[in-house]
Amino acid sequence: MLPPFDLLPTLVRGLRVTIGLTLAASTLALIVAVIAGVARTSKNPLISGIVGFYVELFRGTSVLVQMFWIFFVLPIPPFNISLSPFLAGVIALGLNVGAYGSEVVRGAIQAISRSQIEAGIALNFTPTQRMTRIILPQAMVRILPPFGNLLIELLKSTALVSLITLSDLTFQALTLRQTVGRTTEVFAVLLIMYFLLAYPLTLGVRWVEGRRVWA
Amino acid sequence: MVTFDWEFAWEILPQLLEAMVVTIEATVVGFAFAAVLGLLLALGRRSETWWISRPAGAIVEFVRSTPLLVQLFFLFYVLPRYGVRLPAFVVGVIGLGLHYGSYTSEVYRAGIDAIARGQWEAATALNFSQRHKWTKIILPQAIPPMLPALGNYLVAMFKETPLLAAITVVEMFQRAKIISSLTFRPLEPYTLVGVLFFVLSFPSALLIQRLEARFGTR
Amino acid sequence: MVQDNDRQDASGPMIRFQKVKKSFGDVHVLRELDLDVATAERISIIGASGSGKTTLLRILMTLEEPNSGVIYVDGEPLWHKKVNGELVEADEKHLRKMRGKIGMVFQQFNLFPHMKVLRNVTEAPIHVLGTPRDKAEARAKELLDMVGLADKMDNYPSQLSGGQQQRVAIARALAMQPKVMLFDEITAALDPELVGEVLGVMRQLAHETQMTMLIVTHEMGFARDVSHRIVFLHEGQVLEEGPPEKIFTNPDHPRTREFLSRVLEH
Repeated sequence: MLPPFDLLPTLVRGLRVTIGLTLAASTLALIVAVIAGVARTSKNPLISGIVGFYVELFRGTSVLVQMFWIFFVLPIPPFNISLSPFLAGVIALGLNVGAYGSEVVRGAIQAISRSQIEAGIALNFTPTQRMTRIILPQAMVRILPPFGNLLIELLKSTALVSLITLSDLTFQALTLRQTVGRTTEVFAVLLIMYFLLAYPLTLGVRWVEGRRVWA
Repeated sequence: MVTFDWEFAWEILPQLLEAMVVTIEATVVGFAFAAVLGLLLALGRRSETWWISRPAGAIVEFVRSTPLLVQLFFLFYVLPRYGVRLPAFVVGVIGLGLHYGSYTSEVYRAGIDAIARGQWEAATALNFSQRHKWTKIILPQAIPPMLPALGNYLVAMFKETPLLAAITVVEMFQRAKIISSLTFRPLEPYTLVGVLFFVLSFPSALLIQRLEARFGTR
Repeated sequence: MVQDNDRQDASGPMIRFQKVKKSFGDVHVLRELDLDVATAERISIIGASGSGKTTLLRILMTLEEPNSGVIYVDGEPLWHKKVNGELVEADEKHLRKMRGKIGMVFQQFNLFPHMKVLRNVTEAPIHVLGTPRDKAEARAKELLDMVGLADKMDNYPSQLSGGQQQRVAIARALAMQPKVMLFDEITAALDPELVGEVLGVMRQLAHETQMTMLIVTHEMGFARDVSHRIVFLHEGQVLEEGPPEKIFTNPDHPRTREFLSRVLEH
């Protein structure tokens, strides 16, 4: 194949890892964000306190430090938890982005006005029905655009796993630079590939933002 | 069983604090660069001249859509091939500034868009010069409400400085990596680095929340 | 704990307030308020802002908890539960049982913005009462037809005018078939030209149903036309009550007269 297309087979192998990692970590992040976001609005101070600690811990430190901690510190005593680079990447990115996402969920829930809850009480819904039928569906619409932005941030952050030896897109590019040289070409192709992954998401977020039927 | 060795932690703390100076320098210089670049990009995007507004828009979209780490590698490995040899720290600061400049430009853009139409019309009606309109009327009103969002990016950038370790800058995280590989003890250095990041970023985040409450934005 | 002295029975009032007190901080909104409302009676509650009208309705809808006193709805205590003849604070289960008897229409409509009009009306019958979907929808269409909005059932609330939204809100509350309906200043948030259509629906409702209604309103002409009784609230107590003809033409209390002359001026 003609340059720069001869670089592609190697990079595509890394691309698969990057996409798999993005999907797995964003699924974890989504679950964590919704659970932590709802739990943080709890009136029970123990629950909201524990969740608050998790959120501030992960938002207050650096995602790279978290990833190294999970990959290099957890395997030693007293923890003795050895994780594959992929799993360490999924957990670090999922918990980090999940912490930011939970703030989005919390904010959206709190933005639903008290009067909507009162209408739910007047129609005799149970507290669970009020959350699942009235509050969360309305919160979801506010949540979608910021979640899209978080997904883009997560995708870009997957490049960090190359630093814990996972052979993602960036890792393959670094390998190519060492084996075949052609530095400018390798990194230019790499940047374009990330752009082609992330930019459609950006456009998707803008489309969703412009499409809400009800005000 | 091995647990947290306080004595060892105490021993390595001075080295980490020393490296923290580099982290803070990178944050401050990088953000100053981002703040200026972002304003230029935002004004560029508003330009009525297409060969200014289009490239400015394209730069923002492209830089925001690609990872900071890859941008740093690009600058670090590619620039020297074209004869631009800069210290790793300078490359890192340029990378941070460029990346976050694309984010701050959006903050400026939203802030400028939030100024009521009447203000522009009043400035035109009073026949102010273009320069006077921007520096005395629009920006003084637009910038204070932007401060919380800019502050959030400052804190975000601070937490991304460990990426400079990947291009050999010995900031706080790289120092922890070096200590860890020399002593085979990852627990204390990585935990301490986490704590140090938290100690600086958490109060800053609280401060920004208070700013937000004061300016009543979001 | 309060002794349950006088047992209510089916022939008793639909609603009874007994020495109900409610304050927000230092502000005493209801001061030992007593009030009975008979089954199928329609009363309009009038009074200056801050006299406690809205709070009275909100306590009935269990949106605010009274500080003391007892309220009976349909013979059962609302905020209390009987345990061995003693009244103890009600739990969520008891409150949900009691809420089934009461419906409310709000000043700000409070329609669910993420549901189309039809689903706004069917959501609670289906998921709270367990009505089958086809039945609930047929009933909802009847009700929407009654309020003149059958053609809007596939619209979102934001696509309707305020008057139309309020009429949907009335249909939504009726769909739950409550024994008691509460109307909290339902025309206060509407543009003047939209008030008529909502009051029209209310007049129709008054004619065609036997529901017990408590109406808080500033529309004195309307209150006069549809109510069996007018209750004038002043500083958290019932200062005067009686048939509309009496209250509006020849009130006993000077404060009632003063209030009416102020609101009837324009």
